[in-house]
Amino acid sequence: MDILLKDVEYRYQANTPFERLAITDVTIDIPAGTYMALIGHTGSGKSTVLQHLNALLKPTSGTVKIGDREIIANRKEKNLKSIRQKVGIVFQFPEHQLFEETVEKDICFGPMNFGVSEAVSKERAKACIQQVGLTEDILQKSPFELSGGQMRRVAIAGVLAMEPSVLVLDEPTAGLDPRGRKEIMDMFYNLHKERNLSTVLVTHSMEDASQYADQILVMHRGQVLKRGTAEEIFSEPKDLIELGLDVPEVVRFQLKFENTFQTKFKKICLTTEQITDEVAAFLKGRDS
Amino acid sequence: MNKALVSINNVKYKYPGQEVYALSNISFDIFEGEWLAIVGHNGSGKSTLAKLLNGLQFPEEGTIFVDDLKLNEDTVWDVRKKIGMVFQNPDNQFVGTTVKDDVAFGLENHGIPRETMVERVEDSLKKVKMESFLDQEPHHLSGGQKQRVAIAGILALRPDIIILDEATSMLDPRGREEVLETVRKLKNEARITVISITHDLEEAAKADRIIVMNKGELFREGIPEEIFQMEEELIKLGLDIPFPVKMNKQLRQRGIQVSKHYLTEEELVAELWTSYLKT
Repeated sequence: MDILLKDVEYRYQANTPFERLAITDVTIDIPAGTYMALIGHTGSGKSTVLQHLNALLKPTSGTVKIGDREIIANRKEKNLKSIRQKVGIVFQFPEHQLFEETVEKDICFGPMNFGVSEAVSKERAKACIQQVGLTEDILQKSPFELSGGQMRRVAIAGVLAMEPSVLVLDEPTAGLDPRGRKEIMDMFYNLHKERNLSTVLVTHSMEDASQYADQILVMHRGQVLKRGTAEEIFSEPKDLIELGLDVPEVVRFQLKFENTFQTKFKKICLTTEQITDEVAAFLKGRDS
Repeated sequence: MNKALVSINNVKYKYPGQEVYALSNISFDIFEGEWLAIVGHNGSGKSTLAKLLNGLQFPEEGTIFVDDLKLNEDTVWDVRKKIGMVFQNPDNQFVGTTVKDDVAFGLENHGIPRETMVERVEDSLKKVKMESFLDQEPHHLSGGQKQRVAIAGILALRPDIIILDEATSMLDPRGREEVLETVRKLKNEARITVISITHDLEEAAKADRIIVMNKGELFREGIPEEIFQMEEELIKLGLDIPFPVKMNKQLRQRGIQVSKHYLTEEELVAELWTSYLKT
């Protein structure tokens, strides 16, 4: 499903003394199947953009097109349910939204709310719990007797059970240990491929953005600053650093190395292997 | 060696209704003025440990001394004056209706005179660079901004010890660095002892000492250089190693010798440069 934001502006508490402009002039197209990372520092407008992706917020000006539905500023919109089913958002710390008596009921809540029968929902719960790396026996437990990491996975399963075609992830690994982080990110990547989803990842981790996303979009002060592949975005690391954003560790290392050795590698490296190859070749090159 | 400010002896704890101990046989000291990082996988007992230090839970067995005070139900209020705790999720610790009320909340509870209070509120908000938000309401702040206010609330109470329970995990890189820099400055200038529970390895690498927790037990204790030498062992524990250590390893595999484990990119580049000039 394609998503298109066109000239979107959003003001919080519009027409009140508390009005605050959050995003302006935002045009983003997310063709079906894209894995896009949204980066930018706190307050840059990432979360506001994210909430437009399933019409939790409606633009104060401009249009948002989600599949064939068009959300136009200043127009009353009815029946946004189908959009919410197609665009699943995994919010920060989604485990705080668990509320049911059992894991199974919690996962089934979403699909049943969208009119899926109980039997089918339960089937989905079984499948989804495995997809997030847990076992079926957990379904009958209370979500509140699980560990934090397990609760996070259950909450994610609840979003997957709605079978969305677009998955929006807001810092999905915050607070997880390094292994948990990698497992969750790999899982989302596999789902993205297997189910041919569009994925939008909001993250502060430049490593994750460069490793998983096809497209990176940089937000700054409520506007889209630039967009491109990881190579394109991180080839001009100085721009990002000036904005107070990080660059991947590998890129940072490359800059320091190039600076000290007064050299310039042919391209920007994005993995530890690439940078070690370049460094090793450089150091050995002089010997031979 | 500095004085042991906190002393933990054979502590055991399990949550009500659970069979597995969240902590068992924990013994170690925390020294005055140090920055101690506690790392470990999710569920390894790090946060439980923090709760015990602040008297939010009491050990089933063993003792905890804070500044020579044995921590129990009678002394908990005195201990809490010495230890300030910043939690992970800013929304759960924002209690005021405005930023300045939030910072003043703890001061009010401790009966600090109004004049001092006004001064400390402004001063601590300056330290976290939130002074221009004095009258803002919490729902106008981003998660990161709220967290900085929470940290200001702790700073205002001038504790001896600050526990950061993954307090920077929701901040963006610049916000994180600002907060850590603030805490670092407090540590150096006001000799505040810092206990930081973290998954951020770069941060842990800059600590004076690291404790690695695994399945409720203290797995290893040492300075960062020692801890990160464990490489594979750490990965098996669900942790990771900092980027410069990974690079060291890969360089070695490609036949480039690096004399020791470097924990920062600067040190590693400097070492490569020195050996480049020599050969």
